[in-house]
Amino acid sequence: MTELCGVSLRGPVLNGSGTFDAIAARRAFGDALLERFPFDAFVSKTITLEPRQGNPPPRLWETPAGMINSIGLPNKGLEGFLASDLPELGRLPVPLVVSVMGFSREELAQLVAAVGERDEVSMLELNVSCPNVETGLIMGADPAETALAVERVRGETAKPLVVKLTPNATDPAAVAAAAEGAGANAVSLVNTLKGMALDPQSGEPWLGGRTGGVSGPAIRAIALEQVAAVASAVEIPVIGMGGISNGRQAADFIAAGATAVAIGTESFRDPAAGRRIAAELNDVSLSIGTPTTRSTPV
Amino acid sequence: MSEPRTLAPPERRVAVVSGVERIGAYCVITAHDGSGPRNPRPGQFYMLATEECWGGGSDERPYLPRAFSYARAYVEPDGVALSFLLEAIGPGTERLAALRPDEGLALVGPLGIGFRAPPDGFRPILVGGGIGAAPLLCLQEELDETTVLLGFRSAAHAQAAALFSGEPKVATDDGSVGQQALVSELLAAELDADPGATVYACGPPAMLEAVRALCAERDVPAQLALESGMACGFGACFGCVVPTTDGYLRLCVDGPVLDADRLETVL
Repeated sequence: MTELCGVSLRGPVLNGSGTFDAIAARRAFGDALLERFPFDAFVSKTITLEPRQGNPPPRLWETPAGMINSIGLPNKGLEGFLASDLPELGRLPVPLVVSVMGFSREELAQLVAAVGERDEVSMLELNVSCPNVETGLIMGADPAETALAVERVRGETAKPLVVKLTPNATDPAAVAAAAEGAGANAVSLVNTLKGMALDPQSGEPWLGGRTGGVSGPAIRAIALEQVAAVASAVEIPVIGMGGISNGRQAADFIAAGATAVAIGTESFRDPAAGRRIAAELNDVSLSIGTPTTRSTPV
Repeated sequence: MSEPRTLAPPERRVAVVSGVERIGAYCVITAHDGSGPRNPRPGQFYMLATEECWGGGSDERPYLPRAFSYARAYVEPDGVALSFLLEAIGPGTERLAALRPDEGLALVGPLGIGFRAPPDGFRPILVGGGIGAAPLLCLQEELDETTVLLGFRSAAHAQAAALFSGEPKVATDDGSVGQQALVSELLAAELDADPGATVYACGPPAMLEAVRALCAERDVPAQLALESGMACGFGACFGCVVPTTDGYLRLCVDGPVLDADRLETVL
Protein backbone atom coordinates (compact mmCIF):
# COMPACT_ATOMS: atom_id res chain seq x y z
CA MET A 1 0.00 0.00 0.00
CA THR A 2 1.07 3.53 -0.72
CA GLU A 3 -0.42 6.64 0.79
CA LEU A 4 -0.38 9.71 -1.40
CA CYS A 5 -1.83 12.96 -0.03
CA GLY A 6 -4.15 10.99 2.26
CA VAL A 7 -5.41 8.75 -0.55
CA SER A 8 -4.69 5.05 -0.16
CA LEU A 9 -3.32 3.36 -3.28
CA ARG A 10 -2.69 -0.36 -3.69
CA GLY A 11 0.84 0.54 -4.90
CA PRO A 12 3.05 3.40 -6.06
CA VAL A 13 2.73 3.14 -9.86
CA LEU A 14 0.63 5.74 -11.70
CA ASN A 15 0.46 6.72 -15.35
CA GLY A 16 1.74 10.04 -16.62
CA SER A 17 -1.09 12.33 -17.73
CA GLY A 18 -1.80 11.99 -21.44
CA THR A 19 -0.02 8.68 -21.87
CA PHE A 20 -2.95 6.31 -21.39
CA ASP A 21 -6.56 6.72 -22.45
CA ALA A 22 -8.47 4.23 -20.33
CA ILE A 23 -11.66 4.75 -22.34
CA ALA A 24 -10.00 4.05 -25.71
CA ALA A 25 -8.01 1.17 -24.19
CA ARG A 26 -11.25 -0.42 -23.01
CA ARG A 27 -12.47 -0.40 -26.62
CA ALA A 28 -9.31 -2.25 -27.70
CA PHE A 29 -8.97 -4.64 -24.74
CA GLY A 30 -12.48 -4.97 -23.29
CA ASP A 31 -13.15 -5.75 -19.63
CA ALA A 32 -9.78 -7.54 -19.34
CA LEU A 33 -8.30 -4.05 -19.02
CA LEU A 34 -10.30 -3.43 -15.84
CA GLU A 35 -9.56 -6.89 -14.45
CA ARG A 36 -5.82 -6.36 -14.96
CA PHE A 37 -5.67 -2.58 -14.70
CA PRO A 38 -2.05 -1.50 -15.15
CA PHE A 39 -1.90 1.39 -12.65
CA ASP A 40 -2.52 1.98 -8.94
CA ALA A 41 -4.17 5.33 -9.64
CA PHE A 42 -5.28 6.71 -12.99
CA VAL A 43 -4.33 10.21 -14.15
CA SER A 44 -6.58 11.59 -16.88
CA LYS A 45 -5.46 13.34 -20.00
CA THR A 46 -5.36 17.11 -19.42
CA ILE A 47 -8.67 18.87 -19.87
CA THR A 48 -9.14 22.52 -20.72
CA LEU A 49 -12.17 24.78 -20.36
CA GLU A 50 -13.00 24.74 -24.08
CA PRO A 51 -12.77 21.72 -26.42
CA ARG A 52 -9.55 21.44 -28.41
CA GLN A 53 -8.91 19.35 -31.52
CA GLY A 54 -5.14 19.33 -30.99
CA ASN A 55 -2.27 19.94 -33.35
CA PRO A 56 -2.27 19.02 -37.04
CA PRO A 57 -0.43 15.79 -37.87
CA PRO A 58 2.27 14.60 -38.03
CA ARG A 59 2.34 14.43 -34.26
CA LEU A 60 5.10 11.89 -33.57
CA TRP A 61 8.80 11.43 -34.22
CA GLU A 62 10.94 8.55 -32.96
CA THR A 63 14.27 9.55 -31.38
CA PRO A 64 17.14 7.46 -30.04
CA ALA A 65 15.52 5.62 -27.10
CA GLY A 66 12.46 7.81 -27.08
CA MET A 67 10.11 9.99 -29.04
CA ILE A 68 8.85 13.51 -29.57
CA ASN A 69 5.15 14.21 -29.43
CA SER A 70 3.26 17.27 -30.50
CA ILE A 71 -0.31 16.36 -29.67
CA GLY A 72 -1.63 19.75 -28.55
CA LEU A 73 -3.95 18.64 -25.73
CA PRO A 74 -6.98 17.49 -27.73
CA ASN A 75 -9.92 17.10 -25.33
CA LYS A 76 -13.67 17.54 -25.10
CA GLY A 77 -13.49 20.58 -22.87
CA LEU A 78 -14.78 20.77 -19.31
CA GLU A 79 -18.44 20.27 -20.16
CA GLY A 80 -17.85 17.30 -22.46
CA PHE A 81 -15.46 15.73 -19.98
CA LEU A 82 -17.87 16.01 -17.06
CA ALA A 83 -20.78 14.70 -19.11
CA SER A 84 -19.24 11.79 -21.01
CA ASP A 85 -15.73 10.88 -19.82
CA LEU A 86 -15.86 11.35 -16.06
CA PRO A 87 -18.66 8.84 -15.37
CA GLU A 88 -16.69 6.19 -17.29
CA LEU A 89 -13.38 7.04 -15.59
CA GLY A 90 -15.19 6.90 -12.27
CA ARG A 91 -15.81 3.19 -12.86
CA LEU A 92 -12.10 2.36 -13.06
CA PRO A 93 -10.92 0.08 -10.24
CA VAL A 94 -8.40 2.67 -8.92
CA PRO A 95 -8.54 6.26 -7.61
CA LEU A 96 -8.84 8.96 -10.26
CA VAL A 97 -6.63 12.03 -10.65
CA VAL A 98 -7.92 14.62 -13.12
CA SER A 99 -5.40 16.82 -14.90
CA VAL A 100 -6.48 20.35 -15.77
CA MET A 101 -4.89 23.26 -17.59
CA GLY A 102 -6.04 26.85 -17.83
CA PHE A 103 -4.79 29.64 -20.00
CA SER A 104 -5.35 32.07 -17.16
CA ARG A 105 -5.63 31.76 -13.41
CA GLU A 106 -9.38 32.37 -13.60
CA GLU A 107 -9.81 29.57 -16.11
CA LEU A 108 -7.77 27.26 -13.94
CA ALA A 109 -9.89 28.17 -10.90
CA GLN A 110 -13.08 27.44 -12.81
CA LEU A 111 -11.76 24.01 -13.85
CA VAL A 112 -10.57 23.13 -10.33
CA ALA A 113 -13.91 24.12 -8.79
CA ALA A 114 -15.99 22.16 -11.31
CA VAL A 115 -13.84 19.01 -11.30
CA GLY A 116 -13.11 19.09 -7.57
CA GLU A 117 -16.75 18.84 -6.58
CA ARG A 118 -17.26 15.56 -8.41
CA ASP A 119 -17.25 12.43 -6.26
CA GLU A 120 -15.41 10.37 -8.88
CA VAL A 121 -12.31 12.54 -8.43
CA SER A 122 -9.74 11.76 -5.72
CA MET A 123 -7.12 14.37 -6.62
CA LEU A 124 -6.46 17.09 -9.16
CA GLU A 125 -3.29 17.69 -11.09
CA LEU A 126 -2.48 21.18 -12.36
CA ASN A 127 -0.70 21.09 -15.70
CA VAL A 128 1.18 24.38 -15.58
CA SER A 129 3.26 23.79 -18.71
CA CYS A 130 1.29 26.35 -20.66
CA PRO A 131 1.54 30.05 -21.32
CA ASN A 132 -0.55 32.37 -19.19
CA VAL A 133 -2.30 34.49 -21.81
CA GLU A 134 -2.33 37.44 -19.43
CA THR A 135 1.43 37.53 -18.92
CA GLY A 136 2.80 35.44 -21.81
CA LEU A 137 4.90 33.50 -19.30
CA ILE A 138 4.85 29.72 -19.03
CA MET A 139 3.23 29.38 -15.60
CA GLY A 140 5.34 26.44 -14.50
CA ALA A 141 8.64 27.91 -15.67
CA ASP A 142 8.52 30.63 -13.05
CA PRO A 143 8.21 30.20 -9.27
CA ALA A 144 6.18 33.41 -8.75
CA GLU A 145 3.72 32.59 -11.57
CA THR A 146 3.29 29.07 -10.20
CA ALA A 147 2.67 30.38 -6.68
CA LEU A 148 0.02 32.82 -7.94
CA ALA A 149 -1.76 30.06 -9.86
CA VAL A 150 -1.78 27.62 -6.93
CA GLU A 151 -2.89 30.36 -4.49
CA ARG A 152 -5.76 31.30 -6.80
CA VAL A 153 -7.12 27.75 -7.07
CA ARG A 154 -6.32 26.51 -3.56
CA GLY A 155 -9.59 27.72 -2.11
CA GLU A 156 -11.68 26.13 -4.86
CA THR A 157 -11.33 22.56 -3.62
CA ALA A 158 -10.46 20.69 -0.46
CA LYS A 159 -9.11 17.78 -2.52
CA PRO A 160 -5.37 17.24 -2.92
CA LEU A 161 -3.71 19.37 -5.58
CA VAL A 162 -0.71 17.98 -7.43
CA VAL A 163 1.37 20.43 -9.44
CA LYS A 164 2.90 18.89 -12.58
CA LEU A 165 6.28 20.53 -13.03
CA THR A 166 7.95 21.23 -16.33
CA PRO A 167 11.62 20.35 -16.80
CA ASN A 168 11.87 23.34 -19.15
CA ALA A 169 12.51 25.67 -16.21
CA THR A 170 15.71 27.23 -14.94
CA ASP A 171 15.21 25.86 -11.44
CA PRO A 172 12.46 23.23 -11.06
CA ALA A 173 13.24 22.89 -7.33
CA ALA A 174 12.44 26.60 -6.80
CA VAL A 175 9.17 26.16 -8.71
CA ALA A 176 8.34 23.13 -6.54
CA ALA A 177 9.06 25.07 -3.36
CA ALA A 178 6.84 27.92 -4.58
CA ALA A 179 4.02 25.46 -5.30
CA GLU A 180 4.39 23.96 -1.84
CA GLY A 181 4.35 27.41 -0.23
CA ALA A 182 1.12 28.26 -2.06
CA GLY A 183 -0.66 25.15 -0.82
CA ALA A 184 0.11 22.31 -3.26
CA ASN A 185 -0.18 18.84 -1.68
CA ALA A 186 2.27 17.13 -4.03
CA VAL A 187 4.37 17.77 -7.12
CA SER A 188 4.88 15.50 -10.11
CA LEU A 189 7.76 15.63 -12.56
CA VAL A 190 9.01 15.57 -15.21
CA ASN A 191 6.79 16.66 -18.05
CA THR A 192 8.39 16.28 -21.50
CA LEU A 193 11.50 18.20 -22.50
CA LYS A 194 11.09 20.58 -25.38
CA GLY A 195 12.44 19.11 -28.62
CA MET A 196 12.35 19.30 -32.40
CA ALA A 197 12.89 17.16 -35.48
CA LEU A 198 13.35 18.17 -39.10
CA ASP A 199 11.85 16.51 -42.13
CA PRO A 200 14.83 14.73 -43.72
CA GLN A 201 13.63 15.72 -47.20
CA SER A 202 12.64 19.36 -46.75
CA GLY A 203 14.64 20.42 -43.71
CA GLU A 204 11.44 21.95 -42.33
CA PRO A 205 10.04 21.02 -38.91
CA TRP A 206 8.54 17.54 -39.11
CA LEU A 207 5.87 17.99 -36.46
CA GLY A 208 2.64 19.79 -37.28
CA GLY A 209 3.12 21.82 -34.11
CA ARG A 210 6.76 22.53 -35.14
CA THR A 211 8.19 21.64 -31.72
CA GLY A 212 7.17 18.95 -29.28
CA GLY A 213 8.06 17.17 -26.07
CA VAL A 214 10.75 14.50 -25.76
CA SER A 215 10.01 11.46 -23.60
CA GLY A 216 11.25 7.93 -23.04
CA PRO A 217 14.53 6.50 -21.74
CA ALA A 218 16.36 9.29 -23.61
CA ILE A 219 15.41 11.70 -20.79
CA ARG A 220 15.64 9.41 -17.77
CA ALA A 221 18.96 10.66 -16.38
CA ILE A 222 17.75 14.26 -16.58
CA ALA A 223 14.46 13.38 -14.91
CA LEU A 224 16.18 11.51 -12.09
CA GLU A 225 18.35 14.53 -11.27
CA GLN A 226 15.36 16.87 -11.26
CA VAL A 227 13.36 14.51 -9.03
CA ALA A 228 16.26 14.35 -6.58
CA ALA A 229 16.66 18.15 -6.58
CA VAL A 230 12.95 18.74 -6.07
CA ALA A 231 12.62 16.06 -3.38
CA SER A 232 15.32 17.73 -1.33
CA ALA A 233 13.66 21.15 -1.69
CA VAL A 234 10.12 20.22 -0.54
CA GLU A 235 8.38 18.31 2.25
CA ILE A 236 5.32 17.34 0.18
CA PRO A 237 5.31 14.04 -1.76
CA VAL A 238 6.97 13.86 -5.14
CA ILE A 239 5.64 11.73 -8.01
CA GLY A 240 8.65 10.92 -10.18
CA MET A 241 8.62 10.06 -13.86
CA GLY A 242 10.69 10.30 -17.00
CA GLY A 243 11.66 7.30 -19.11
CA ILE A 244 11.02 4.63 -16.47
CA SER A 245 10.79 1.29 -18.22
CA ASN A 246 11.52 -1.27 -15.50
CA GLY A 247 11.32 -1.81 -11.75
CA ARG A 248 15.00 -1.12 -11.12
CA GLN A 249 14.62 2.33 -12.67
CA ALA A 250 11.42 2.95 -10.70
CA ALA A 251 13.38 2.06 -7.54
CA ASP A 252 15.99 4.67 -8.50
CA PHE A 253 13.33 7.39 -8.60
CA ILE A 254 12.05 6.29 -5.19
CA ALA A 255 15.60 6.25 -3.83
CA ALA A 256 15.97 9.80 -5.19
CA GLY A 257 13.02 10.88 -3.02
CA ALA A 258 9.85 10.06 -4.96
CA THR A 259 6.86 8.67 -3.04
CA ALA A 260 5.29 7.30 -6.21
CA VAL A 261 6.32 6.92 -9.83
CA ALA A 262 4.51 7.30 -13.12
CA ILE A 263 4.88 5.39 -16.37
CA GLY A 264 4.40 7.15 -19.68
CA THR A 265 6.10 6.26 -22.93
CA GLU A 266 6.79 2.67 -21.86
CA SER A 267 3.02 2.04 -21.84
CA PHE A 268 3.01 2.77 -25.58
CA ARG A 269 5.30 -0.23 -26.06
CA ASP A 270 3.35 -2.46 -23.70
CA PRO A 271 -0.08 -1.55 -22.34
CA ALA A 272 0.65 -3.69 -19.27
CA ALA A 273 3.95 -1.90 -18.53
CA GLY A 274 2.59 -0.35 -15.31
CA ARG A 275 1.64 -3.73 -13.87
CA ARG A 276 4.94 -5.31 -14.89
CA ILE A 277 6.98 -2.44 -13.41
CA ALA A 278 4.99 -2.57 -10.15
CA ALA A 279 5.81 -6.29 -9.82
CA GLU A 280 9.47 -5.70 -10.65
CA LEU A 281 9.62 -2.81 -8.19
CA ASN A 282 8.23 -5.07 -5.50
CA ASP A 283 10.98 -7.63 -6.22
CA VAL A 284 13.65 -4.90 -6.13
CA SER A 285 12.30 -3.61 -2.80
CA LEU A 286 12.43 -7.13 -1.32
CA SER A 287 16.06 -7.54 -2.40
CA ILE A 288 17.24 -4.25 -0.89
CA GLY A 289 19.80 -5.06 1.75
CA THR A 290 21.11 -8.00 -0.27
CA PRO A 291 24.86 -7.45 -0.72
CA THR A 292 25.80 -6.68 -4.32
CA THR A 293 28.98 -5.71 -6.08
CA ARG A 294 29.32 -1.94 -6.41
CA SER A 295 30.71 -1.02 -9.74
CA THR A 296 29.86 0.76 -12.93
CA PRO A 297 28.26 -1.89 -15.11
CA VAL A 298 30.43 -2.60 -18.12
CA MET B 1 -23.90 -5.00 -37.82
CA SER B 2 -21.43 -5.02 -34.96
CA GLU B 3 -18.07 -3.49 -35.73
CA PRO B 4 -15.44 -5.92 -37.04
CA ARG B 5 -13.13 -5.76 -34.06
CA THR B 6 -11.66 -8.70 -32.14
CA LEU B 7 -10.42 -7.57 -28.73
CA ALA B 8 -6.74 -7.85 -27.86
CA PRO B 9 -5.34 -9.10 -24.55
CA PRO B 10 -4.27 -5.99 -22.56
CA GLU B 11 -0.55 -6.80 -22.61
CA ARG B 12 2.37 -7.40 -24.90
CA ARG B 13 3.09 -11.08 -25.53
CA VAL B 14 5.71 -12.97 -27.47
CA ALA B 15 4.97 -15.09 -30.53
CA VAL B 16 7.58 -17.49 -31.87
CA VAL B 17 8.79 -16.93 -35.41
CA SER B 18 8.17 -20.02 -37.50
CA GLY B 19 9.12 -18.74 -40.91
CA VAL B 20 10.76 -15.85 -42.72
CA GLU B 21 10.24 -15.98 -46.44
CA ARG B 22 11.61 -13.57 -48.99
CA ILE B 23 9.21 -12.70 -51.81
CA GLY B 24 10.90 -10.32 -54.21
CA ALA B 25 11.28 -6.96 -52.47
CA TYR B 26 9.20 -8.12 -49.50
CA CYS B 27 9.53 -10.44 -46.59
CA VAL B 28 6.75 -12.54 -45.06
CA ILE B 29 7.21 -13.23 -41.36
CA THR B 30 5.08 -15.96 -39.85
CA ALA B 31 4.87 -16.40 -36.10
CA HIS B 32 3.01 -18.75 -33.79
CA ASP B 33 0.85 -16.83 -31.32
CA GLY B 34 -0.05 -19.26 -28.56
CA SER B 35 -2.11 -16.98 -26.32
CA GLY B 36 -3.81 -14.34 -28.46
CA PRO B 37 -7.22 -14.51 -30.09
CA ARG B 38 -7.48 -16.82 -33.10
CA ASN B 39 -9.99 -14.76 -35.00
CA PRO B 40 -8.57 -11.35 -35.91
CA ARG B 41 -10.69 -9.53 -38.49
CA PRO B 42 -9.21 -8.58 -41.89
CA GLY B 43 -7.96 -5.00 -41.69
CA GLN B 44 -7.02 -5.24 -38.01
CA PHE B 45 -3.36 -4.78 -37.12
CA TYR B 46 -0.72 -5.72 -34.57
CA MET B 47 2.03 -3.63 -32.99
CA LEU B 48 5.26 -5.52 -33.62
CA ALA B 49 8.76 -5.46 -32.18
CA THR B 50 11.46 -8.06 -31.85
CA GLU B 51 11.77 -9.63 -28.41
CA GLU B 52 15.55 -9.14 -28.45
CA CYS B 53 17.68 -6.27 -29.74
CA TRP B 54 14.89 -3.81 -30.48
CA GLY B 55 17.08 -0.70 -30.54
CA GLY B 56 20.68 0.04 -31.27
CA GLY B 57 20.20 0.15 -35.03
CA SER B 58 20.62 3.15 -37.28
CA ASP B 59 20.43 6.37 -35.17
CA GLU B 60 20.02 4.16 -32.07
CA ARG B 61 16.55 3.13 -33.19
CA PRO B 62 14.04 1.44 -33.33
CA TYR B 63 12.39 2.30 -30.03
CA LEU B 64 8.64 2.19 -30.63
CA PRO B 65 6.83 -0.88 -31.95
CA ARG B 66 5.62 -0.80 -35.56
CA ALA B 67 2.02 -1.23 -36.74
CA PHE B 68 1.31 -3.96 -39.32
CA SER B 69 -1.97 -5.29 -40.67
CA TYR B 70 -1.85 -9.04 -40.52
CA ALA B 71 -1.74 -10.69 -43.92
CA ARG B 72 -3.03 -14.12 -42.92
CA ALA B 73 -4.11 -15.97 -39.79
CA TYR B 74 -4.31 -19.77 -39.69
CA VAL B 75 -5.77 -21.48 -36.67
CA GLU B 76 -3.44 -24.16 -35.35
CA PRO B 77 -4.13 -26.77 -32.63
CA ASP B 78 -2.49 -24.65 -29.92
CA GLY B 79 -2.81 -21.11 -31.20
CA VAL B 80 -2.77 -19.18 -34.42
CA ALA B 81 -0.11 -18.64 -37.08
CA LEU B 82 -0.01 -14.96 -38.00
CA SER B 83 1.81 -13.71 -41.04
CA PHE B 84 2.92 -10.19 -41.84
CA LEU B 85 4.15 -8.70 -45.09
CA LEU B 86 6.92 -6.13 -44.76
CA GLU B 87 9.59 -4.32 -46.71
CA ALA B 88 12.87 -3.40 -44.99
CA ILE B 89 13.01 0.37 -45.44
CA GLY B 90 14.13 1.71 -42.03
CA PRO B 91 15.53 0.66 -38.66
CA GLY B 92 12.32 -1.03 -37.45
CA THR B 93 11.50 -2.96 -40.61
CA GLU B 94 15.18 -3.87 -41.08
CA ARG B 95 15.29 -5.40 -37.61
CA LEU B 96 12.01 -7.26 -38.15
CA ALA B 97 13.23 -8.59 -41.50
CA ALA B 98 16.36 -9.93 -39.77
CA LEU B 99 14.28 -12.22 -37.51
CA ARG B 100 15.07 -15.92 -37.72
CA PRO B 101 12.93 -18.97 -36.91
CA ASP B 102 12.50 -19.62 -33.17
CA GLU B 103 13.21 -15.98 -32.28
CA GLY B 104 10.56 -13.97 -30.44
CA LEU B 105 8.20 -11.50 -32.09
CA ALA B 106 6.73 -9.22 -29.40
CA LEU B 107 3.23 -8.13 -30.27
CA VAL B 108 0.09 -6.39 -29.06
CA GLY B 109 -3.10 -7.04 -30.97
CA PRO B 110 -5.29 -7.49 -32.87
CA LEU B 111 -6.10 -3.78 -32.79
CA GLY B 112 -8.41 -1.37 -34.57
CA ILE B 113 -11.54 -1.93 -36.63
CA GLY B 114 -11.33 -4.08 -39.76
CA PHE B 115 -13.24 -4.22 -43.04
CA ARG B 116 -17.01 -4.65 -43.01
CA ALA B 117 -18.76 -7.22 -45.22
CA PRO B 118 -19.93 -5.98 -48.63
CA PRO B 119 -23.54 -4.89 -49.01
CA ASP B 120 -25.70 -7.58 -50.66
CA GLY B 121 -25.39 -7.72 -54.43
CA PHE B 122 -22.25 -5.62 -54.67
CA ARG B 123 -19.18 -7.21 -56.25
CA PRO B 124 -16.10 -6.66 -54.04
CA ILE B 125 -13.08 -5.15 -55.76
CA LEU B 126 -9.86 -5.28 -53.73
CA VAL B 127 -7.33 -2.59 -54.62
CA GLY B 128 -3.82 -2.79 -53.19
CA GLY B 129 -0.77 -0.61 -53.64
CA GLY B 130 2.62 -2.03 -52.65
CA ILE B 131 2.75 -3.25 -49.06
CA GLY B 132 -0.95 -2.29 -48.83
CA ALA B 133 -1.68 -5.67 -50.40
CA ALA B 134 -1.22 -7.24 -46.94
CA PRO B 135 -4.70 -6.86 -45.38
CA LEU B 136 -6.34 -7.77 -48.70
CA LEU B 137 -4.85 -11.28 -48.52
CA CYS B 138 -6.93 -12.34 -45.51
CA LEU B 139 -9.89 -10.32 -46.82
CA GLN B 140 -9.83 -12.22 -50.11
CA GLU B 141 -10.06 -15.50 -48.19
CA GLU B 142 -13.23 -14.31 -46.45
CA LEU B 143 -15.06 -13.01 -49.51
CA ASP B 144 -16.47 -14.84 -52.51
CA GLU B 145 -15.77 -13.81 -56.06
CA THR B 146 -13.41 -10.95 -55.56
CA THR B 147 -11.66 -8.94 -58.23
CA VAL B 148 -8.12 -8.10 -57.11
CA LEU B 149 -6.23 -5.14 -58.57
CA LEU B 150 -2.65 -4.53 -57.48
CA GLY B 151 -0.13 -1.80 -58.18
CA PHE B 152 3.60 -2.10 -57.57
CA ARG B 153 6.74 -0.07 -58.19
CA SER B 154 8.76 -2.79 -59.88
CA ALA B 155 8.90 -6.45 -60.85
CA ALA B 156 10.57 -7.31 -57.53
CA HIS B 157 7.63 -5.80 -55.64
CA ALA B 158 5.08 -7.34 -58.01
CA GLN B 159 6.14 -10.83 -56.92
CA ALA B 160 3.77 -10.33 -53.96
CA ALA B 161 0.86 -10.71 -56.42
CA ALA B 162 1.53 -14.46 -56.36
CA LEU B 163 0.34 -14.55 -52.73
CA PHE B 164 -3.25 -13.99 -53.91
CA SER B 165 -5.43 -16.77 -55.21
CA GLY B 166 -6.92 -16.54 -58.68
CA GLU B 167 -5.42 -14.10 -61.12
CA PRO B 168 -5.04 -10.60 -59.78
CA LYS B 169 -4.66 -7.83 -62.33
CA VAL B 170 -1.32 -6.12 -61.87
CA ALA B 171 -0.01 -2.71 -62.83
CA THR B 172 3.57 -1.55 -62.34
CA ASP B 173 5.11 1.90 -62.49
CA ASP B 174 7.76 0.70 -64.94
CA GLY B 175 5.63 -1.73 -66.95
CA SER B 176 7.90 -4.63 -66.05
CA VAL B 177 4.93 -6.74 -64.96
CA GLY B 178 1.31 -6.37 -66.14
CA GLN B 179 0.23 -3.00 -67.45
CA GLN B 180 2.33 0.12 -67.14
CA ALA B 181 -0.31 2.06 -65.29
CA LEU B 182 -1.53 3.16 -61.90
CA VAL B 183 -3.73 0.74 -60.05
CA SER B 184 -6.37 3.46 -59.88
CA GLU B 185 -6.50 3.32 -63.68
CA LEU B 186 -7.26 -0.40 -63.47
CA LEU B 187 -10.01 0.43 -61.00
CA ALA B 188 -11.50 3.07 -63.32
CA ALA B 189 -11.70 0.49 -66.11
CA GLU B 190 -13.39 -2.04 -63.80
CA LEU B 191 -15.96 0.48 -62.63
CA ASP B 192 -16.62 1.58 -66.23
CA ALA B 193 -17.37 -2.04 -67.11
CA ASP B 194 -19.52 -2.72 -64.03
CA PRO B 195 -20.35 0.02 -61.55
CA GLY B 196 -22.25 -2.33 -59.18
CA ALA B 197 -19.20 -2.81 -57.02
CA THR B 198 -17.89 -2.07 -53.57
CA VAL B 199 -14.22 -1.20 -53.15
CA TYR B 200 -11.73 -2.24 -50.47
CA ALA B 201 -8.41 -0.43 -50.75
CA CYS B 202 -5.10 -0.21 -48.94
CA GLY B 203 -1.96 1.49 -50.15
CA PRO B 204 0.01 4.73 -50.15
CA PRO B 205 -1.85 8.02 -49.59
CA ALA B 206 -1.75 9.18 -53.24
CA MET B 207 -3.27 5.88 -54.37
CA LEU B 208 -5.96 5.96 -51.69
CA GLU B 209 -6.81 9.53 -52.63
CA ALA B 210 -7.19 8.51 -56.30
CA VAL B 211 -9.43 5.58 -55.26
CA ARG B 212 -11.46 7.82 -52.96
CA ALA B 213 -12.01 10.42 -55.69
CA LEU B 214 -12.96 7.78 -58.30
CA CYS B 215 -15.46 6.13 -55.97
CA ALA B 216 -16.92 9.44 -54.84
CA GLU B 217 -17.49 10.52 -58.47
CA ARG B 218 -19.28 7.28 -59.28
CA ASP B 219 -21.09 6.85 -55.99
CA VAL B 220 -19.36 3.52 -55.36
CA PRO B 221 -19.05 2.58 -51.66
CA ALA B 222 -15.43 2.20 -50.58
CA GLN B 223 -13.60 1.22 -47.42
CA LEU B 224 -10.02 2.46 -47.12
CA ALA B 225 -7.40 0.98 -44.79
CA LEU B 226 -5.20 3.95 -43.91
CA GLU B 227 -1.77 4.21 -42.39
CA SER B 228 -0.27 6.74 -40.02
CA GLY B 229 2.70 6.80 -37.69
CA MET B 230 1.64 5.29 -34.37
CA ALA B 231 3.36 4.99 -31.01
CA CYS B 232 0.92 2.72 -29.16
CA GLY B 233 -1.88 1.32 -31.32
CA PHE B 234 -4.59 1.46 -28.62
CA GLY B 235 -5.60 5.10 -28.37
CA ALA B 236 -3.11 6.24 -25.74
CA CYS B 237 -0.74 8.51 -27.62
CA PHE B 238 -3.13 10.45 -29.90
CA GLY B 239 -0.37 10.46 -32.51
CA CYS B 240 -2.09 8.75 -35.45
CA VAL B 241 -4.93 11.17 -36.16
CA VAL B 242 -6.26 11.80 -39.66
CA PRO B 243 -8.63 14.62 -40.62
CA THR B 244 -12.16 13.39 -41.34
CA THR B 245 -15.60 14.94 -41.72
CA ASP B 246 -15.95 14.37 -37.93
CA GLY B 247 -12.65 16.13 -37.12
CA TYR B 248 -9.45 14.30 -36.24
CA LEU B 249 -9.89 10.57 -35.65
CA ARG B 250 -7.32 8.21 -34.15
CA LEU B 251 -6.70 5.56 -36.79
CA CYS B 252 -5.74 3.01 -34.16
CA VAL B 253 -9.11 2.93 -32.38
CA ASP B 254 -11.51 4.48 -34.91
CA GLY B 255 -9.76 2.91 -37.94
CA PRO B 256 -7.54 1.88 -39.63
CA VAL B 257 -10.42 1.07 -42.00
CA LEU B 258 -12.63 4.08 -42.67
CA ASP B 259 -15.50 4.57 -45.08
CA ALA B 260 -14.16 6.70 -47.90
CA ASP B 261 -17.04 9.16 -47.58
CA ARG B 262 -15.80 10.14 -44.12
CA LEU B 263 -12.68 11.63 -45.72
CA GLU B 264 -12.57 14.83 -47.70
CA THR B 265 -9.15 13.88 -48.95
CA VAL B 266 -6.45 11.35 -48.08
CA LEU B 267 -3.27 13.20 -47.15
